[in-house]
Amino acid sequence: MRSDVFFVVCLVVGGIVFAAALALGNDYYFFAGYVVLQYVVLSTAWNILGGYCGYVNFGSAAFFALGAYTTVAMHRLHPMPIPVDVVFGGVVSGVVGLGMGYLTLRLRGAFFAIATLALAVVLQTLIVNWDYVGGSRGAYIVRPESIAPFGNYIKYLFMIMMLLAVGSVTVARVIERSRLGYGFATIRDDELAAEASGVPTLRLKLIATTISGALMGMAGAPFPYYIGFLQPTSAFGLEYAVNSIAMPLIGGTTSWVGPLIGAILLGSLQQIATVTISSAVNLLIVGFLLVGFVIAAPNGVIGLVHKYIQHKPIGRVGRRKIEADAPKAAP
Amino acid sequence: MIFSFDLLVNAIVSGILIGAFYAAVTAGVTLSFGVLDIVNIAHPAFIILGSYIAYIFNITFGLDPIVTAIVATPAFYLLGAGIYQIYYVSFEKRGQESMRGLAFFFGLLFITEVMLVLYFGVDYRYVEARYIGPTWHVASLDIPLRILVPCLVSLLMIAVLQLILTRSFVGRAIMAVAQDQLALKLMGVDPVRIKRIAFGISIATASIAGAFLIVIQPVEPSVGREYIGRVFAICVLGGMGSLPGTLIAAMLIGIFESLTSTFYGPSWAPAVSFGFLLLTLAVRPAGLLGR
Repeated sequence: MRSDVFFVVCLVVGGIVFAAALALGNDYYFFAGYVVLQYVVLSTAWNILGGYCGYVNFGSAAFFALGAYTTVAMHRLHPMPIPVDVVFGGVVSGVVGLGMGYLTLRLRGAFFAIATLALAVVLQTLIVNWDYVGGSRGAYIVRPESIAPFGNYIKYLFMIMMLLAVGSVTVARVIERSRLGYGFATIRDDELAAEASGVPTLRLKLIATTISGALMGMAGAPFPYYIGFLQPTSAFGLEYAVNSIAMPLIGGTTSWVGPLIGAILLGSLQQIATVTISSAVNLLIVGFLLVGFVIAAPNGVIGLVHKYIQHKPIGRVGRRKIEADAPKAAP
Repeated sequence: MIFSFDLLVNAIVSGILIGAFYAAVTAGVTLSFGVLDIVNIAHPAFIILGSYIAYIFNITFGLDPIVTAIVATPAFYLLGAGIYQIYYVSFEKRGQESMRGLAFFFGLLFITEVMLVLYFGVDYRYVEARYIGPTWHVASLDIPLRILVPCLVSLLMIAVLQLILTRSFVGRAIMAVAQDQLALKLMGVDPVRIKRIAFGISIATASIAGAFLIVIQPVEPSVGREYIGRVFAICVLGGMGSLPGTLIAAMLIGIFESLTSTFYGPSWAPAVSFGFLLLTLAVRPAGLLGR
């Protein structure tokens, strides 16, 4: 499927989901759906660096919060329409991602991962000390009661997040099938060999970090309007970091489908668990699922599905098994 | 001026004392990350676990937290050995340690923290012991015993670890496994067994460091996160697998943090270790005493 066709198909699917939520006639679905869509953006963004290049980013919460706090700062300066905030949030997070990557990506992968962990702590320190955006007390964002064609404001926010989700999934798919994506894959498989064959690994990694950071910032930008009262502890919450790693790993990291499946599955599960059980227990579920999947199903849901499909033609299983075992039999 | 000179000396001394504690916190990571190349970002979570075990025994039986922690080291050793076995079978053997191994430890960190929250809540917990409270006054210096005692025990612990690593057979095998696994195999030593022992020791140090932590400050489950950046900054600055380097780096960061919090305010202190980490990675990735 061509990318522009894919984009249109995604838009249509998004429109159907929006219409379905409207038809259900309960604002709760918009509130819950917004969070799930936000995770679609975050996990897709994480996967561009983590899944395609193999570099783990533990600082998703930092990039997300950076987007959210950019919005707060701009709102203090002069209230602006959310799409403008989204663009600015993306730019700020992208630039920070680029800077971080430039300092740490020249070294082994683990250093980048550790630096992203530390980045979250330091950015939180900065925000806590920055009174202009509310400091440790937090900041109120009073959202308008209603907005022109949508009526209720949450529907507007839902639509923005839907567009961001459609956009980021399309970006991920385009990257995956482009020259850039093949470059990323060479880094993931064997960075040394890629470098030796003339792949500009540092430049590609920086591109990935910037795109990934920018998308996370965009996901965070509408958040202050959604939550109404933004505190450093809620913006930098560990659940963003955990979810944006767990969702792609549970879905499958090698293609754009994985993070999408992971985010929808895990995101909905958490929404249901929050309502029916408690929010601490649902975080525990995420933790156990993450550890369970990385140990038992390294390729996620996609990997499991592939395995199942391969074994499906029952009549031929026996022969396939013999074929598969044959090379191992040789000494 | 005299007043601020006193302040300066006090800040430096308390930095050195805290630095020795940081060295105890980092020693485990120096072993796992520096020597074994296992990026155990869950280490601070095990330290908090150690704090809570010291807390439980202190509250219910009135036992000394540090003694409790030393008694609990075999249990932590077994926990560490078990975790390494899972890590080895599921990641190292398959060659997937880079990404999935990291995610595995991140998951462990998260699970430990959430379990502690579910069980103990997010209230700050503290322990009681005779050395918590009194302060020695030497000339113009204030030395709180609650920091001095962990400092001395942690120096002792680092010395013992260094002796084990340089003098004993197992210790030398641990240093060898970092250099050349195949050569070790040819000498008739099983590298997986040596790594399991080393990782067990690394987690065992978390028990003691956890007791220090709860002696020095009240603890709640998410305190560990503040230590992740600090611990790895110290490990990298010290030159990865070197315990003396770790001690020097820990004291350096301790001093700079203490100066920052004295002269700029405590809320800026967490930024110090991150600054050191970035500076080290950009200027001298091998660290102070790197091989």
